[in-house]
Amino acid sequence: MAASVASTRTLISSVQLNRRRGRITYRVVLTLTIVVFTLVFIGPMYFLFTDGLKSTAESIATPPTLYPHHIYPGGYLQAFDRLDMARLMWNTVYYAFGALAFQLVFDVTAAYSLSALRPALGGVIFFLMLATLMIPATVLVVPQYVTVANLPIVHLDLIGTPEAIWLPSVANAFNIFLLKRFFDSIPRDYLDAAKVDGASGLLILWRIVLPISRPIIAVVSIFGLVAVWKDFLWPLLVEYGYSPTRETLNVGIWQAYVGTPQNLIIAASAMAAIPTIVFFLIFQRNIMAGLTAGGIRG
Amino acid sequence: MAVRVTAPAASAERRPPRPAYRGHLIPKVQRNLGAWGFLIGAVLCFSFFSWYPIVREVIMSFQKPVYGGGYAFAGWTNYVRIFRDPTFWQAWRNTLEFTLLALVVGYAVPFFVAILLNELRHARGYLRILVYLPVMLPPASALLLFVYFYNPQYGLFDDLLRILHLPVSQWVFQPGTGFISTAMISVVVASTWMNMGGATLIYLAALQNIPGELYEAAELEGAGIIRRIRHVTIPQTRLILLMLLMLQVVSTMQMFVESFVLTNGGGGVGNNTLSVVMLIYQYAFAMSGASNYNSASALGVVLMLVLAVFSGGFLWATRERR
Repeated sequence: MAASVASTRTLISSVQLNRRRGRITYRVVLTLTIVVFTLVFIGPMYFLFTDGLKSTAESIATPPTLYPHHIYPGGYLQAFDRLDMARLMWNTVYYAFGALAFQLVFDVTAAYSLSALRPALGGVIFFLMLATLMIPATVLVVPQYVTVANLPIVHLDLIGTPEAIWLPSVANAFNIFLLKRFFDSIPRDYLDAAKVDGASGLLILWRIVLPISRPIIAVVSIFGLVAVWKDFLWPLLVEYGYSPTRETLNVGIWQAYVGTPQNLIIAASAMAAIPTIVFFLIFQRNIMAGLTAGGIRG
Repeated sequence: MAVRVTAPAASAERRPPRPAYRGHLIPKVQRNLGAWGFLIGAVLCFSFFSWYPIVREVIMSFQKPVYGGGYAFAGWTNYVRIFRDPTFWQAWRNTLEFTLLALVVGYAVPFFVAILLNELRHARGYLRILVYLPVMLPPASALLLFVYFYNPQYGLFDDLLRILHLPVSQWVFQPGTGFISTAMISVVVASTWMNMGGATLIYLAALQNIPGELYEAAELEGAGIIRRIRHVTIPQTRLILLMLLMLQVVSTMQMFVESFVLTNGGGGVGNNTLSVVMLIYQYAFAMSGASNYNSASALGVVLMLVLAVFSGGFLWATRERR
């Protein structure tokens, strides 16, 4: 797609660009853009990864050094031990994939039910779900926290358990909306044919709907994982202050900030960033497609 | 009159004995049970973690804790208390300041960056990855890096100022509560760096959908680049521009993590970067003594109303006029 788009007409015509003056201007703008963007976006990343290689003394030297004069890989190892990075990392992965599993099971089945099975009151339920998109998430933290601390009817206290992150992540109207819209576009004939053959709802979902829906499942999954990985306020409220730690990477690094040497904090921040960067480079096509095709996400 | 009142009841009575209906009733119930079986997990999660908290926030804002446990009706006391709190007004002013600054920087910049990227024929993939890379970082990583840059003793930014022979700054911890303060600008810079990638890529996709003939026609009529942007690019992307404008205002009004991490939870010197959501957090979880969920809920309700009025008003003002 990108190739064909590049050849179509944009703001400035290719005729204009191919003139001598146009070519020179284009080259200058292109070079400037690449240099400025690299400085602005890779520059801070460069320091994120190299400052962790400085010793504590060098990391707080005035003026700051532009590169580690004495490479000290011990910073990364020390940070790994001191902040219990392995555990923070495991917690984050556990929360993220657990939330993903819950979202996939509950949101996919719900969207399928709303789209294909159409139960009584389904329309009302769908409307109420979409209505929650109008309520900004952060304003609800207090009643959500109080509710999670003492779940109504069943009287469970989920604070400090992974479910405190997993279950609320299911209440994601955007997932339901995306999935339902995609399921709606599947020709009814497929489903009806399967039904005539005597397939149950679950079988139809598993054998027909899911294989067709791979692209939208990918979008929902990627954004589901990233959302848990990036979330700060909610895990701070529900997983903070346990020993051994139950925090996510995000919260764990933040809470270690006071009293940990600067070079170790940066080393830990870099280590927390590595999985997301690798994830992004692997899935960048899906992520960018999801961003635009899947609509707009916070 | 009397007939009209009894009519629905009569039809309801008549319905069950209808023979054709009875035959379908059992499969219909079965079908509905099955469908609800698929739906129930999500419905329970929505009930517990979304619908109930929305209602509960409003209820809690009108309650006060009772000694020995439980809550009692408190009328408007919580609202009166937060309105009398000077920090409340400061948090609102800071939040508006952040929203405005983030609009100037974080809304216009991605649009022009997207226009620029759309004109380039080379390195497009590379530049797109660059812009979006910070969005993927865990916010604490990115923000702690900025904490390091902003450090007044050994930070990189003050070093740059020194090299340029400019007066050094305390950045996020620069005192001063003027409307456009250095402290808040520092928060906005970090926030924009972290977040601009998403908007840029969405604009970029919108720009690629503009039919080339429009530019062609504008150029034939002698429109320069600026006028082509004004008369072709902006009208053609109007819907996306408005949509993102609204979403951005709603999300920046909920700013929390940026200021929270940059000031290490403190809200800056004299609370000059304290946002409304940070104040909700402080009311509920960080105040000394008994934390007060009820004032926090009241503040939450106020923020919810403000955002609802804003979104509603915005949608009304920008509706398609026929």
